[in-house]
Amino acid sequence: MTARTAQTQLRVDPIACDGRGLCAEMLPELISLDDWGFPIIRPDALPDHLLGDARATIRACPKLALRLERRPWR
Amino acid sequence: MLPGQLPRLLPAGFAAGPASMAGHLARYGPLPIIGRGGRHPASVIEEVNRSGLTGRGGGRFPTGRKLAAVAAGHAPVVVANGTEGEPASAKDKVLLARSPHLVLDGAVVAAEIVGAAQAVVVVHRSVREIIDGAAAERIQSRADRVRVRVVTAASRFVGGEASAVVHWADGGPPAPMARPPQLWEQGLGSAPTLVQNVETLAHLALIARYGASWFRSVGTPQEAGSMLVTILGAVRGPGVHEVAIGTPVAELLSLAGGASAPIQALLIGGYFGSWVDAAAAACLPFSSAGLAVLGLSAGAGAGLVAALPADACGLRETARVAGYLADESAGQCGPCLFGLDAIAWALDQLADGRSRDLRLLRRWLGQVDGRGACGHPDGAVGLVRSALDLFGPELQRHARGWCCGTTSVLPVPPRRQR
Repeated sequence: MTARTAQTQLRVDPIACDGRGLCAEMLPELISLDDWGFPIIRPDALPDHLLGDARATIRACPKLALRLERRPWR
Repeated sequence: MLPGQLPRLLPAGFAAGPASMAGHLARYGPLPIIGRGGRHPASVIEEVNRSGLTGRGGGRFPTGRKLAAVAAGHAPVVVANGTEGEPASAKDKVLLARSPHLVLDGAVVAAEIVGAAQAVVVVHRSVREIIDGAAAERIQSRADRVRVRVVTAASRFVGGEASAVVHWADGGPPAPMARPPQLWEQGLGSAPTLVQNVETLAHLALIARYGASWFRSVGTPQEAGSMLVTILGAVRGPGVHEVAIGTPVAELLSLAGGASAPIQALLIGGYFGSWVDAAAAACLPFSSAGLAVLGLSAGAGAGLVAALPADACGLRETARVAGYLADESAGQCGPCLFGLDAIAWALDQLADGRSRDLRLLRRWLGQVDGRGACGHPDGAVGLVRSALDLFGPELQRHARGWCCGTTSVLPVPPRRQR
């Protein structure tokens, strides 16, 4: 299903995010933290082999600020 | 109205006070009916598409596409955005104060096009009474089939962002909302919502009357029509002018009476805009395409030109504005809340000559860009980057304790009132 993954992206809702930082520990391949502890997500599409880890990270976020998004209008 | 004749939106000459309903109708003629018993909304959207009208609040999004998206939704509403929270900009306030009926016409036209029963007109507090008066006049003469509600805008910078305006009109705080859902899907009271800048709506009211070809008779083929521009700083007659898009920058300054002092740089587009070298910009057309050669990300932005005289310091001016923009963060997104503060601090250090190391500032600019729910952090980052590009060579002198600035031109409200 390369068609699907090519359009799927991990996104953070910056309003909901509190900078707890769990996500960067669970998914360092995709997420780093800025100087204030808020997640910077690599902008490229989510690779297939990280889909499971991404889903686990989404479930672990205490603020429910992460989600998978089909690559949007822009 | 004759094609090509300016001004279109503002009163010709210097008549005092707002145009009355009678004066307004005498100048522009009656507003065509759209929808039930009138022109088909889809054909008006087609006309707007042909006109090439784009959002005059700075976003420059094609108005016809927005209209079509909202019209496709169920029971939509229209929000006219006359917040104009930017301290340096006056064009929306002047438009609302001088031509209130043209803006209300535009709100009504937009509502009829998308099939909205209500238009909410959010205006800066300084013009609230004028808009109330105009709205009352229209109720008395039973001019509209659309209900118009007037709301006083929140007096803060970020309150003008489209979703913040909707949030505020809905009784919430004037802070941007997380998207998706987009406003055209779910906005005011969860209804599909069309948010348009008041100047855009005024143009829309004229396109509904006179058509796309008339609208396109000024401006450039890519960017049609006229636009309102606030011109301030080192000019003899600062104020708001209506110009054809593509008018050379030097001509804009002449409209404002010409330079009152030697000008070193121009801030174009507002506090989310860019600094450009005055000499390099002078002969360029004032349009997004024309200014693109200078690398302007926001193009003509929300229509603002501030002339920086030789005896004001671009670094100091930008540091002041960056501090203001940091304070004006809605405080919802971490990178904006903490990052803009850090950026403003770092720039202040550099401008004061207490530091000459750009690495931290550059790092933070990169970390903050694109990381908020709205464009506030990106706008601030763009401004600071353009200041470093243009005024960067002065940093060495600042580090040796020398600064060219003895005056300042960009208005920033005192901190306690923010």
